[in-house]
Formats: sequence, structure tokens, C-alpha cells
Amino acid sequence: MSNRNISKEHIMFLKQDRKRKRTILLSQISILILGLILWEVAARFNWIDSFLTSHPSQIWNLFMEYTKNGDLFYHVGISVFETVVGFLAGTILGIVVAIGLWWSDFWAKVLAPYLVVLNSLPKTALAPIIIIWVGAGYSGIIVTAISVSIVVTIMNMFVSFISIDEDKIKLLETFGASKFQVLKKVILPHSVPALMATLKVNIGLSWVGVIVGEFLVSKAGIGYLIVYGGQVFSLDLVMMSVFILSIISAIMYKGIALIENKFVKWHD
Amino acid sequence: MDKKTKIVEVKNLGMIYHTLSGETEAIKDINFEIYEGEIVGIVGPSGCGKSTLLSIIAGLLSPTRGKVLINGKKVEGPSKDIGYMFQKDHLFEWRTILENVLLGLEIHSKVDRDSKEIAEHMLDTYGLKDFKNNYPRQLSGGMRQRAALIRTLIVEPSLLLLDEPFSALDYQTRLAISDEVGIILKNEKKTALLVTHDISEAISLSDRIIILTNRPATIKDIITIDLTCTDGVWSPIKCREAPEFRHYFNKIWKELDVHVQ
Repeated sequence: MSNRNISKEHIMFLKQDRKRKRTILLSQISILILGLILWEVAARFNWIDSFLTSHPSQIWNLFMEYTKNGDLFYHVGISVFETVVGFLAGTILGIVVAIGLWWSDFWAKVLAPYLVVLNSLPKTALAPIIIIWVGAGYSGIIVTAISVSIVVTIMNMFVSFISIDEDKIKLLETFGASKFQVLKKVILPHSVPALMATLKVNIGLSWVGVIVGEFLVSKAGIGYLIVYGGQVFSLDLVMMSVFILSIISAIMYKGIALIENKFVKWHD
Repeated sequence: MDKKTKIVEVKNLGMIYHTLSGETEAIKDINFEIYEGEIVGIVGPSGCGKSTLLSIIAGLLSPTRGKVLINGKKVEGPSKDIGYMFQKDHLFEWRTILENVLLGLEIHSKVDRDSKEIAEHMLDTYGLKDFKNNYPRQLSGGMRQRAALIRTLIVEPSLLLLDEPFSALDYQTRLAISDEVGIILKNEKKTALLVTHDISEAISLSDRIIILTNRPATIKDIITIDLTCTDGVWSPIKCREAPEFRHYFNKIWKELDVHVQ
């Protein structure tokens, strides 16, 4: 659109819209800063017991210390590695199984009740079993992460696969398309938005799996820092780990949203 | 009149559906032929089995009895000889108009520079030149249906099956698009079978009209349409003004024997 033909009213409208967006962002940042200040002040004046709650400046100091001696990168690196591997494997395996179910109506029907049970089961309950079976190292933790995200992936993707308008498949069949071509040309592209939604959910779920796994067995990672911090009553360490965890998972979520914007141009 | 080539022969066609609640006879003893360059309309009461008939001719369903021959060959599955147009355009939202138009060729792995040129040329001819790189949601209903027609025509089927292709459009667009499609089909000398529940549409577009009975559908009558609408260029909309139009309309209306319960 050219800028020349914009009326004054429209400029006002755009200005107001921008102003509103700015106010929203400003309010969001203010809440964070005010919360942190209140926390700090409350701890300093002993309104709250900082042994139990820690406080921002202390968390910051610990953060600097962990950054300097490199411990932070070690632990964060391990957790991120486990999460990314678990996330990718859970998503890919889930999609493969969903494609299998779409391909064979018979097996989709046979396996349906098992999927329903698995879906409602809190997967973290399986973590101890998985760790005993797979081993108390990275592999056990990764498999735990996979177990948390795979069932949701299967369900979401399968539902998306079968939700497509039958006539779209019929259209391809009138062109003489094979089942594989139907999958490639219509089922998969149709399910890209569902995939993106699943990826966003899976990032969070993979972190759940990894943290639970690390709680149980690990000698390193963010989950380990949280458990260790809890055991030695170092709330600074626990709080710092939680902060880092929320920042990293938010970054990963944002990354997927960026990928989504790039690949789903046709979808508004 | 010169001897015409038979494109389609439908012989003693019958179809029975099996469901848990029993079996339903959808169509029974259907026999007709379609000749090259002809547009044949099918009208019938709703739910009488028109779509079943189309699906069988398209090779998507196998009939319980009888057979369909296309260019003398028995239909045993979907083939390149047939183009199918649906009620909805079913353009893929994730593909641009040009990519949508190339879909059929892609399935036959025939996309190359020549076929792309043909596609672009057809888009130009039918007024979609400026939209070839747009996504379907950016186009109006009429434009989308035109793109869907190009997608069907570009694989050069010997027979086009039109399954109420305009019924999802609003009335004005519907008139305009059915007119355009009619002209395009005649220009490209296409043979087509048009299922519709709109009697006027059937009369204005078709050379012959097959009237089906209630379920199980059998052929009640086949009417040859001969409208005097020859002044200037042939167009379905002009044909609606032909003096015989009303006569055909009444005849078909009576034969359909519609009772609203």
C-alpha cells in the first residue's frame, strides 16, 4: 500500500494502535520489574524469610558466580541437549506412528484404546520404570522426555490427518494418485499448522520429561541443580535454576513460533 | 450430421450399498452414451444417486452390476481420461494458484517447462494472470472455481465430470461462472457430464439432459435440448432467453415430479 493516499483518520488509527501495543509491552515489563523490586525490598526488610524465598540480588550474584566458573553452561548445556534430543525424537517418532495409523485403518482401530489410556496416564509415572530399564544416564532421561511428548504427538497428528475433507483426497484419487502421493501432497501439508501447535506443546513437555528424569537420577543438568539446591536448602540455587529454565524454554518456544511464521505463510 | 465418436458407454449399471442397517439400492439399470464434444446434464431428485453414478464413472467406486466404458476401455479405477470437478473448489490453501493448477500434472510427474508455460497461458486466458502467485484465500469464489477448472482441464481429460460445480457459489457468481465454464468447455471442445439440481443451469449448458427417478435411480427420460440461441457467440446465459427454454423447463419439472412432503 502506498503512503500517499492514507487519510488523517487512518494515521490517527495507526498511531493509536501503536500506542496501545506500547502500553501493553510497558505494563508487562513493569509487572516484572515491580515484582522483583518488591521481592528484594521484602527480603531486605525481613518481611519475608529470605532463607526460604531467597531474593533477586542474591540470585544474581549466584548467577554471576556460576557464569564465571562455567558451571552454568555445563548444566544448562546438558539439559538443553537432553531436551532437544528428546523433543526431536518424540516428535519424529510420534509423526511416524501417526502416519502408520493413518495408513492402516485396522491398526488405528486396534490401537485406539491403548492410545486413550496412554494419553490420560501421567507419563512421569513411567519415569522410574524407564530409568531402570534404559539406564540412569542421559539415555534414561531422554527416553523419559520422549515418553512424555510422543503420545500427544501421535494423537494430535492423527486427528489432524483424518480431519481433512474427504473430497480433497478424492480429488487426488481422480488424478490417479497413489496412497503415498495422497500422504505427501495433501495429508502432510494440511497438517503443518497442527504440527506447529504440537511442536509448541512438545517443547514444554520435553522439559517436563527432562527435569523429572534429572530429579530422579542425574549428576548434572538444571533438574539436578534444583534438586540439589532443595536438598541443601540453597533456595538461591533453586530460584536461579527455575529462572534460567523459564528463560530457555521461552526462547525455544519463540524459536518455534518464528519457524511457524516462516513456513506457514498461507495460513493467517 | 457426421458420425460421432462415443466417449462414454454406461451399460446396465447397478449399485448396492451395504451398511450395518441393511442394503440400499442406489442406482439400477442405467444405460446411456455420451458422444465427443457433448455436454450431458443429469438432473434428479436430491439423494437419488447422482453422485454415486459419477463416482462409478470416475472409477472411484466399483459398481455391483454392469460396466462403464471410456473410449472403449472398461473403467477399473481412476484414470487420466477423466477430470472431476467438485462442488467446492478444493484448492489447497498451502499452494499458490499456479502450484494448485499444476497439481494433476505433478501426480502424473509431467511438470516441466512446457507444461508450466501451458498453465501460465491458461491462467492468462481465463483472467487469473495477476493471481498466479497468490494463495487461494486471496481470491473470490468465482476465481477459485475458475482455477479449479484449469486444474482439471490442464491434464487434458477426454471426459469432464462436473459434480454440482457451481452450487457452493452465490447466485450472481454462479450465473457468471456457469456461463464462463460453458463457453470454456465449448471452446476447448470438451465432453462433459454435468450433475446439477438446477434445472435452468442444466438446460442452458447441456446438449442432452438425463432425468433420473427417485432411489433406486433409473433413467426416466433423456431429453435432447435444442435452443435457438444462435445470434452471435454461443453462451449459456443467452440461451436462457431462447423461446424453447420455458418449454424444456416445464417438461423437466413435470418429469421430476417433485413433491414436498
